[in-house]
Amino acid sequence: MIPAAFGYSRPASLDEAFRILREHGDTAKILAGGQSLLPLLKLRVAHTEHLVDIGRLRELAFIREEAGGGITIGSLTTYREVLDSPLAAARAPLLVEAVQDIGDVQVRNRGTVGGSLAHADPASDLPAVALALDAQIVAISGRGERLINITDYFTGSFETVLQHHELLASIRFPALPQGAGTAYRILPQPASGYSIIGCAAVIARSGGKISYARVALTGASDVAYRATAVEDGLVGTDGSAKAIAAAAAHATSNRMVTSDIHADRQYRAQMAQVFARRTVEAALARSA
Amino acid sequence: MATAAIGSAIKRKEDPRFITGTGNYLDDIRLPGTVHAAVLRSPYAHATIRSIDTSAAAAMPGVLGVFTGRDLEGELNPLPCAWAAGGNAGGIQNNLNTPRVLATDDVKWTGEGVAVVVAETREQAVDALEAIDVDYGPLPTVVDAEKATQPGAPQLHENAPNNICFTWRVGDEKATASALKGSHVVVKQRLVNQRLIPNPMDTRGAIGRYDPGTEEYTIWMTSQTPHIMRLLLAAFVMGVPEQKIRVIAPDVGGAFGTKIFLYADMALVLWLSRKLGGRPVKFYETRRENYQATTHGRDHITYLEVGATKDGEVTGLRVKTYANLGGRLSTIGPGIPTTLYGRVLAGCYKIPNVYCEVTGVYTNTTFVDAYRGAGRPEATYVLERAMDLVADELKLDPAEVRRRNFIPADAFPYRPPDGLLRSWNGAEIEVDSGNYEPALDLALKNVGYADIGAARELAERRGKYLGVGLSSYLEVCGVAPSKWIGLVGEGWGAAMWESANIRVHLTGRAVLTIGTSSHGQGHETTMAQVVADALGLSVDDVLVKHSDTQGTPFGYGTYGSRSAAVGSIAALKAAEKIVAKGKRLAAHMLEAAPEDIEFESGKFFVKGSPDRSKTIHEVALAAHVGYDLPEGMEPYLDETAYYDTPNCTFPFGTHVAVVEVDKETGQVDLVRYVAVDDVGKKINPLIVDGQLHGGIAQGVGQALWEGAIYDDTGQLLSGSMMDYALPRASWLPELELDETVTPSPVNPLGIKGVGEAGTIASTPAVVNAVIDALSPLGIRHVDMPLTAQTVWRAMQAAGKEASA
Repeated sequence: MIPAAFGYSRPASLDEAFRILREHGDTAKILAGGQSLLPLLKLRVAHTEHLVDIGRLRELAFIREEAGGGITIGSLTTYREVLDSPLAAARAPLLVEAVQDIGDVQVRNRGTVGGSLAHADPASDLPAVALALDAQIVAISGRGERLINITDYFTGSFETVLQHHELLASIRFPALPQGAGTAYRILPQPASGYSIIGCAAVIARSGGKISYARVALTGASDVAYRATAVEDGLVGTDGSAKAIAAAAAHATSNRMVTSDIHADRQYRAQMAQVFARRTVEAALARSA
Repeated sequence: MATAAIGSAIKRKEDPRFITGTGNYLDDIRLPGTVHAAVLRSPYAHATIRSIDTSAAAAMPGVLGVFTGRDLEGELNPLPCAWAAGGNAGGIQNNLNTPRVLATDDVKWTGEGVAVVVAETREQAVDALEAIDVDYGPLPTVVDAEKATQPGAPQLHENAPNNICFTWRVGDEKATASALKGSHVVVKQRLVNQRLIPNPMDTRGAIGRYDPGTEEYTIWMTSQTPHIMRLLLAAFVMGVPEQKIRVIAPDVGGAFGTKIFLYADMALVLWLSRKLGGRPVKFYETRRENYQATTHGRDHITYLEVGATKDGEVTGLRVKTYANLGGRLSTIGPGIPTTLYGRVLAGCYKIPNVYCEVTGVYTNTTFVDAYRGAGRPEATYVLERAMDLVADELKLDPAEVRRRNFIPADAFPYRPPDGLLRSWNGAEIEVDSGNYEPALDLALKNVGYADIGAARELAERRGKYLGVGLSSYLEVCGVAPSKWIGLVGEGWGAAMWESANIRVHLTGRAVLTIGTSSHGQGHETTMAQVVADALGLSVDDVLVKHSDTQGTPFGYGTYGSRSAAVGSIAALKAAEKIVAKGKRLAAHMLEAAPEDIEFESGKFFVKGSPDRSKTIHEVALAAHVGYDLPEGMEPYLDETAYYDTPNCTFPFGTHVAVVEVDKETGQVDLVRYVAVDDVGKKINPLIVDGQLHGGIAQGVGQALWEGAIYDDTGQLLSGSMMDYALPRASWLPELELDETVTPSPVNPLGIKGVGEAGTIASTPAVVNAVIDALSPLGIRHVDMPLTAQTVWRAMQAAGKEASA
């Protein structure tokens, strides 16, 4: 597999990166770990005139504790670094659970959290995780920094609100609600390992009832989304199997469900319900 | 023998270089001045080529030349098809529709080559492909073999009405019809054996170098059959004398059948090198090209009818198969669904009446040829599904139905009553040996068959259906006696013997050169084990060389599980010649009569006086220096043997799969896999286990995940590893292997071979297990691959609630 010719820069600083991005406008693409973009370039499915390799900007690789119990993860943090981080394990167990089965060892050693969220593959794992965790995307450019709520971030298949002159710098994960349980479950497409359906859930309860629910799905549609109808159906219930199943039945409400050679619309929609239910049950079981 | 090498599980001699990156695969070869060829492939599955404009591409940086099929006319002939299915079994109706080196008038599948660019770098060659302008006239397409034979289907070749290449028949049609009519039950089933993409880790390629001084060609190629490739290139495609071409297969990283065949790029790199005055020209496939332009496997649609008595004895088997051959014929494409399929349809059972009709069909798809097992997995799948269908119909235990139909242990050597294994001119092979019940019993014991009900209940409590599936298989190894396989119409019109040469150097170390061609099998180890024992040397003292037509004797190569059962016997015969000569020389040295010399553990000694002896090293030295030889003896220990096996060998066994099916999602989990294989005596049990592990995984892959998917326009939708699911180690349970040992009487080592056994056995075992799991829903069959969605859909169709 040989990509079409492209230009290449490897900026040594953020300022240099911004300058290069400004020069090339919308003809450049940013390369982080290269685990998604490079295969597409090699297959000549994606094309770019210029590749800006930000791999040397190590200041974007960190996992930091925030006041209030949340954490911020720099965009160039690899999956391996997430898996090796006690802080991530303590504060964002949902992220760790999702990351442990991404790709294979080599992919996890090179693939990055920010790269995945910037790439915005509608069947990848991290968009659902970020949605379920109420994450905020920190985008930076030569003009400064802006915060994007994750619910405003994804705009379509492989599309986000990031501008061409912007870099995804970090992701903020706020503290989980007291006693919340989290879970991530996927039905993998066996060839690619991407989700036919992936579901991330955060559930907290109070006084015998579900008091908080975040349920996000990936693989189901052309963009990962929060299944708010499922969340609404859960909050206030006793979390019985029946209540969860009733809520999970809304997993693809108002969504155009994807159909491809691996799973047609009917099967995928049905599996969205099954996995929403199973994931919520698992998260509930882990809640205190 | 003091320390027998044969039978010992020694580690492979070749592995240190493979796992430390010091192997020499095709893409590792860097010849000075090499230029690179890239092939433009048709995006249409069926189209005329109106015109090709190469001018823009020719002007691109680094481009040395751009050529189309027209440029090759009169220079290179179309590739040959060497196996015309025919004889009295129905006759091939045409075998002319083979690929040209580059297509000229039309294309028949997406991926057929239409032009070649040669450039200084591979990247330049690939970039220039995009600048070639081809004007195609798209034509209607058909990708399904059964549909292609129906009236109104798009037609691929004028000489093949209804796209039928051949109709091939074997067995007694009338007797089978009458047997089915008189049966207590007849079960019918349509079975799809889906198309597979073989996926060797090392894709295909070739480097050609022409020497303008000697007018000789050298080609390095990823091949299982370097000697045959030389023959086909020379005699059929290039029209140059065979001795002007040297073929070298370097380390080859897997093949699974795909590298038996002749491909256009082999001729192209030689032609281009000559065109460029002798610069080496390299072509190496991308994975995507491998998916589109290297042969695929399987792709049968079969209508099965099986009759049985009320006790489950099978009375007759009638099989009608549509075999998809692709858009044009590969080298031995017609041989796979005919001789290697129809003739083994009775497997390990004494089925009195078998009739099989195979229609070989052209479609707008990549050509289909041998893939690990090559016909035998397809036959075994039909047969082992048939056994379960009979058991289900009669409410009998599938193990018991198999037991009742086994060829009895006292019936060997066994010839099927209806001449299934008899070729059209009367040459017949026979099932050499067998003892099927003990293997079945051991497999059942190892899996705990009697107690499986308890496991079913436990699974049920977890929301899973548990199923157990059996597969009692018969493999055919040691392909094949020349008189049987060499017939035009039955085989490929050529022999299938094997060769070996041994030279014992004056240090007493031996070099064995062989005609078989290891591409992962471990010949450098196993062949050395055979010769080490025969000459009383250590395994390390036997160096094995192969796969270079200059310096190795002609051989038919490695496929059809033939290297052990045919190739290693040739090596043994060569060693016996060395020993025979050594005895005469030792007699001379010891002043004894040659008939009084015995040889054991590397020592020649006088019968009854073991202290009067010469080691093989001493004899080799004497033979080499040559100043004191018996009258008339030539110096040196150098012997060549050619071995044509009198019969094939027939490994067998029973595999048992245990699966759990998620009632809500249809996901299948293979939870246990128990195998009992009887491969006769083993040269190296470690390598046998490795062959079984890989083979089982490949067969499970077909059962559960793999499948080439074309859309109706002939686009390959499963065109990369992102969409074509190969099995991963973590998806398989620990494989529980066991054995029975029934030595083969065919050869002096009692060995049978094992290369394809796992693949042949495992696919039906897993499918039968899934169907067993789904049987509470009344499901009797589901076509492969049994993906989660496919199983879920079957459960839905069975009218049961799949969701909680």
